[in-house]
Amino acid sequence: MSSNVRFTDFKSDKQPTWCPGCGDFGTMNGMMKALANTGNSPDDTFVVAGIGCSGKIGTYMRSYALHGVHGRALPVGTGVKLANPDLEVMVAGGDGDGYSIGVGHFIHAVRRNIDITYVVMDNRIYGLTKGQASPTSRSDFETATTPEGSKQPPVNPLALALSAGGSFIAQSFSSHAQRHTEIIEEAINHDGFSLVNTFSPCVTFNDVDTYDYFRDSLVDLGEEEDYDPSDREQAKDKILDSEKEYMGVLYQDDDAQSYEQAHGVEGNMADIDTDGAPDGAMDLVREFY
Amino acid sequence: MHEDLNWAIGGEAGDGIDSTGKIFAQALSRAGRHVFTSKDFASRIRGGYTAYKVRTSVDKVRSVVDRLDVLIALTERTVDENLDELHDGSVIIYDGERTEFSDFEAPDDVTGLDVPLKSLAEDAGGAIMRNIVALGAVCEVADFPIENLDESLEKKFGGKGEKIVENNKEAARLGAEYVEEEFDLAFDFDLETTDNDYVLLNGDEAIGMGAIAAGCKFYAGYPITPATDVMTYLKGRIENFGGHVVQAEDELAAINMALGAARAGARSMTATSGPGIDLMTETFGLVATSETPLVITNVMRSGPSTGMPTKQEQGDLNQMLYGGHGEIPRFVLAPTTVAECFWKTIEAFNLAEKYQTPVYLTADLAMAVTEQTFEPEKFDMDAVEIDRGKVVDEDEISKWQNEKDQFKPHAVTADGVSPRAFPGTEGGVHMSTGLEHDELGRRTEDVDVRVEQVDKRQQKVTTAEEEEDFSYREFGNPDSDNLVISWGSNEGTLIEAMDYLDQEDVDVRLLSVPYIFPRPDLTEDIEAAEEVVVVECNATGQFADLVEHDTLTRVKRVNKYNGVQFKADELADDIQEELA
Ligand SMILES: Cc1ncc(C[n+]2csc(CCOP(=O)(O)OP(=O)(O)O)c2C)c(N)n1
Ligand code: SF4
Repeated sequence: MSSNVRFTDFKSDKQPTWCPGCGDFGTMNGMMKALANTGNSPDDTFVVAGIGCSGKIGTYMRSYALHGVHGRALPVGTGVKLANPDLEVMVAGGDGDGYSIGVGHFIHAVRRNIDITYVVMDNRIYGLTKGQASPTSRSDFETATTPEGSKQPPVNPLALALSAGGSFIAQSFSSHAQRHTEIIEEAINHDGFSLVNTFSPCVTFNDVDTYDYFRDSLVDLGEEEDYDPSDREQAKDKILDSEKEYMGVLYQDDDAQSYEQAHGVEGNMADIDTDGAPDGAMDLVREFY
Repeated sequence: MHEDLNWAIGGEAGDGIDSTGKIFAQALSRAGRHVFTSKDFASRIRGGYTAYKVRTSVDKVRSVVDRLDVLIALTERTVDENLDELHDGSVIIYDGERTEFSDFEAPDDVTGLDVPLKSLAEDAGGAIMRNIVALGAVCEVADFPIENLDESLEKKFGGKGEKIVENNKEAARLGAEYVEEEFDLAFDFDLETTDNDYVLLNGDEAIGMGAIAAGCKFYAGYPITPATDVMTYLKGRIENFGGHVVQAEDELAAINMALGAARAGARSMTATSGPGIDLMTETFGLVATSETPLVITNVMRSGPSTGMPTKQEQGDLNQMLYGGHGEIPRFVLAPTTVAECFWKTIEAFNLAEKYQTPVYLTADLAMAVTEQTFEPEKFDMDAVEIDRGKVVDEDEISKWQNEKDQFKPHAVTADGVSPRAFPGTEGGVHMSTGLEHDELGRRTEDVDVRVEQVDKRQQKVTTAEEEEDFSYREFGNPDSDNLVISWGSNEGTLIEAMDYLDQEDVDVRLLSVPYIFPRPDLTEDIEAAEEVVVVECNATGQFADLVEHDTLTRVKRVNKYNGVQFKADELADDIQEELA
């Protein structure tokens, strides 16, 4: 990793096709800055993205990257990280990608506690497919597929993560550039699975969860002096609070063992002996005597 | 004296049938005898009939037969299930305290030996060893030196301490002594030992071992019969070679993890069976489009849907050949024997990396769970070759960059294969995607680029057909007018069936095809023959369809799809009928 990497090194020369004003711009900028600030370089970073407007991020960033199929980005990131733990692995996707089609993978990635950073661009709507309800849409939010509202409570991703044993649970807002970058940096520095649910407003299809709404309503826990993110009870109260929404690191458990530590996974699996079978392979045959 | 002995232990699931059968099979193998095992099992853990069958001979044995010489019956149902296979001279060993022989409806000339398995086991230290008592009894009945069984017991129980080993040896000895003292035996079984050196393993284990030999370091899978043994084999072994096994939350995750590891540069594999392949098919297209090398093992079982999970079938050929939307270049390999499972796994990794494609490696239940003996040289690790294909490092990267120093992971080349840069390679930064893309890996809908990339991916198949040897294995009389063709695991049974056909003065030429796609062109072989029969374990003749498609010639078909693998004599009859 070189220290003279600038955040623009993480920018590809591809112009984003996001709608002007889309929250995803801010989310991505913060990710790039955080990667540079934490000393990573594009050569040693792998970004996995899902499907959706949010999933296009892998194209606009510059790093090793894979744009996968809908909802499966976390397993891909898991494979990348285990095969080469030296890589900085970031997974990004939308709320539909992560909490609908991919929700099973989400829960298991959380409990596996693999050292990857998962950024969900939560706009509470399906953007790319033009405005259907997402799992985080409010129950009374009217969309093309839910003309009278979904009449179902939205998924609370932070609560899912906490109950699955998450070791780093944070919420961010794409337009608070400085805070957003800081939060992602903390997520990168955390040794284990980090969820950063990032509100990234969709200016085209969601007129409820807007910049103004988040700006006016989000409470930044970073400004609350007596808030201790290592206190699970406090975190639980905030995460389950139905009156208010919070920003910042809601929960962090520095003692939790990462998957890699627990399983002794280290070393780059790309390195193999090309002369033939690995040393000691004949012992495998002897076992069958 | 019987040329070979067919032995079985049957009881309820949970009776320790598998491990007992395996102990005996290993004892025979170590005594220099050939062994072929098969299992009857139901899809449940407790209750339900289950049996482990061992065929053993000094000569090579390649299939199951319809004959049982010695049966350990832990339940009455065991006898019922095997009635057809018992013959005059068969011996049944049972425990009169648990099962009554009078209730057995066995043929008249079957000899029942009532051995108090449980109480003898208790004398040796615990009722749990009653199966071992039975094995001791078998040694006496079949004139097999009990010392060979002792060795097997040491291997099985060695980890549990000297005392357990001694108790088990004692249990076996008590069983043997009891038979010797109580019965006046006049059988002509004689399991002679030889100095031959064999290893005993099944197809799943051979695939796992092949994967490690090939340098595979990453495996992600989700349990499913009959593929689970691949994962069980790798777990605890691959780590010794710097690798890792993940039990994923489902098959979608498994293949995506394997894909991720492959993109990070690891040789990577997943294994499943039909229903799991269904789930993986979504990602299969991504693997192909992103040109990621990946080995996907499909151990087939009876379908469709959950079908018959513990029964044999070769019904997924079309799924592997055509599964997935759009058009997907791929390789499909189908090893024909347990030993070939090892070599084809290695070949699968080489093909995957040389051509940067997904490779289906397919076995079936009959081969995956069947243990067979082989000379250890069949698994000669010194003969393993590794070809990682076009991997480029820092020094060569500039050759594959555009004028803006961007690496081209999907560069169009004459052979269709692009350079590959592992993450971490300086200057190799790139993305890839399931979307149609240009040479840089970036999304495109440009009509020319689309055609160029589709052609490029297809070109890999053409190149492989030119460079690789996708041939068949040949047996029997090369000049025969009768041509029998099979794919996958039926080879062994067919080789034995040829002996039966020989007795009827029918000669055949047998082509056993281990490559489904690309596959050898059989046109000339078919034109040279008068009669052509394609043998496979499915109802519709999926491989026969391919042969007809390739050669524009109608072929005859022998199909079996009741869930039971072919038996040699039955197969010989079926083939003869088609030839007549
Ligand atoms: C298997 C599959 N099902 C459906 C789709 C169609 N699809 C594309 S994006 C999307 C929803 C994306 O929503 P979200 O993840 O919230 O991302 P956003 O576009 O809002 O950023 C869907 C359903 C698909 N690509 N693949
Ligand atoms: S549709 Fe919404 S989410 Fe998609 S780019 Fe436009 S603003 Fe962003």
